[in-house]
Amino acid sequence: MCAGFAPRTLFDKIWDDHVVERLEDGTCILYIDRHLVHEVTSPQAFEGLRLAGRRVRRPDATVAVVDHNVPTSDRSQPIEEADSRLQIETLEKNVAEFGVPYFPLLSASQGIVHVVGPEQGISLPGMTIVCGDSHTSTHGALGSLAFGIGTSEVEHVLATQTLLQKPAKNMRVRVEGTVGPGVTAKDIMLAIIGHIGTAGGTGHVIEFAGSAIRGLDMAGRMTLCNMSIEAGAKAGLVAPDETTFAYVKGRRFAPKGTDFEQACAYWRSLASDDGATFDREVVLRAEDIVPSVTWGTSPQDVLPIDGVVPTPSDYKDPAQAAQVQRALDYMGLTAGQKIAGTKVDVVFIGSCTNSRLEDLRAAAAVVKDRHVAENVRAMIVPGSGLVKQAAEAEGLDRIFLDAGFEWREAGCSMCLGMNPDRLTPQQRCASTSNRNFEGRQGPDGRTHLCSPAMAAAAAVTGELCDVRTLMGLMSGSDVVREAV
Amino acid sequence: MDKFTELTAIAAPMPNENIDTDQIIPARFLKTIQRTGLGRSAFAAQRYDADGNEKPDFVLNQEPYRQAEILITYDNLGCGSSREHAPWALLDFGFRCVIAPSFADIFFNNCFKNGILPIRFPREVCDLLMSDARQGANARLTVNLAEQVVIRPDGEKIPFEVDPFRKHLLIEGLDDIGQTLAHDQKITRFESGEKRSWVPSVDMGAGQ
Repeated sequence: MCAGFAPRTLFDKIWDDHVVERLEDGTCILYIDRHLVHEVTSPQAFEGLRLAGRRVRRPDATVAVVDHNVPTSDRSQPIEEADSRLQIETLEKNVAEFGVPYFPLLSASQGIVHVVGPEQGISLPGMTIVCGDSHTSTHGALGSLAFGIGTSEVEHVLATQTLLQKPAKNMRVRVEGTVGPGVTAKDIMLAIIGHIGTAGGTGHVIEFAGSAIRGLDMAGRMTLCNMSIEAGAKAGLVAPDETTFAYVKGRRFAPKGTDFEQACAYWRSLASDDGATFDREVVLRAEDIVPSVTWGTSPQDVLPIDGVVPTPSDYKDPAQAAQVQRALDYMGLTAGQKIAGTKVDVVFIGSCTNSRLEDLRAAAAVVKDRHVAENVRAMIVPGSGLVKQAAEAEGLDRIFLDAGFEWREAGCSMCLGMNPDRLTPQQRCASTSNRNFEGRQGPDGRTHLCSPAMAAAAAVTGELCDVRTLMGLMSGSDVVREAV
Repeated sequence: MDKFTELTAIAAPMPNENIDTDQIIPARFLKTIQRTGLGRSAFAAQRYDADGNEKPDFVLNQEPYRQAEILITYDNLGCGSSREHAPWALLDFGFRCVIAPSFADIFFNNCFKNGILPIRFPREVCDLLMSDARQGANARLTVNLAEQVVIRPDGEKIPFEVDPFRKHLLIEGLDDIGQTLAHDQKITRFESGEKRSWVPSVDMGAGQ
């Protein structure tokens, strides 16, 4: 398509290679390579197909898995919550009727859809990938254009393998330099969201670039792209490179042999051209980023762990001041207080943001030879059955169990509490998930977003604290000074 | 999908930024396999106390806003989860039009798919319309999609932008799957193209 001489971005190239037809007003029929389906946002879409007498156009480009509703406790028992059971059974009926490939609940391959896709080699660089879930942006870590859609669009993709779309704008976020010890991809992303705000990426696809991004492993890149939606972006992208290819190689559904080599040659051609223009560009210094937590009820309410909670009267706009006050009240915090030292009741390590093997390793490194603080419930929910198996093969389960953590089965779990894993009102949670909205983890629950290492540190100390002090990295402020 | 042509209705002011889809419909209500019936759970956390009683302070528990068909908010309405249950809940409550300075992309899209018209106005205009809305039942707003204007109670017309294709689908009440399937042959030609030979199929019987 329109491959002129003008330099193009990674997004432009993937987009151009998937346009089936450009309609008069600029709307494009965009071809979709992979459609991931889960039990919550698909029942009405399959019902729509049935009512219209339509089939699934490309079952071989579609994969279904159950994740949002599934219990993360003993799965030999029937699912207790009747409405959850109905949604899971409905998906199972639909995949059978429409011939869609499916990872069942009791399979080791089951897991959170955004962990399973990359892990199985279903999600590949250069693809367009959609799912009825906003965190589909995760798959952009592979250098694919991946975004969340609503149920009407799920039905549209099932029926046509395409979507009606207009191109997004290009934005680049560069993080240059090297992050200090104890600073993770999660901290980088929280810093970005804190900087540009939850609407900072609206209408844009964000390409993450710069030396600090290049240096991230695939799990880190997935964490970053996962939370692109928390910056309001249509999608997040990292250009595919050797780290990507090494990750993809040998995965179950990835191309093999010469097919793989040919695909790599194509994937290499996708990187943004020199001189490609971005509608917006933001640059952060990696050295300025420290372990971070959120204090409020929006992912942009980010604080460095040595920071203090804001004061409403510091805001000129009365609506904003009121919003800060409302967040403080909801979170049970006092204006101007230090965030470090805030006691937690629950620690949740899991979700499509931070439940991969590398995340569990980072948490285990903090937990080893320590014990969960009194009165804290701490849980590990691996992202997939395969992540769980791999962690057990390394003995990570023993480290967590010995320390007093719960070691659970794979699913979305307490990220959104559609299964029984929920906060009770006013419970305070250090969580590696992606949203701290009011009621997100359970009605009136209080969420502090942070990295797996920071969540582990909160588990063993019983309060929000700087993980670097536990890791023998001196005090937090010393670390910052040294890095500068 | 119901057609959207002209609407004259009560508007509910909700002067908050970042009203996320978890607020519009909390996750515990997503366990339905139907599109309808979510209206009673819209804004559940703000609307009901722990015992399920209405909180009198909340705008949608007050007259005349129980009958509101237009919702006016501040920036970034519908951020967060892609759940289409959010527009389904708004529609089931009775909303056919949402007005804000800015919207999250997925929510914006999802509204159109369900016959809800999302309109972007600058914050100052939203403030004006909110002040109209606060006057209650005698201050209805009119939304005319064909002419692309919102008419204030005093007769002032405020023009708005809308994507022509989406406007067409809304006014005609059209299902866009049918529109796309008219291009079926082109889709087939595209997917069998040589450039796509590297894309593997998901074959559950292979690759173990």
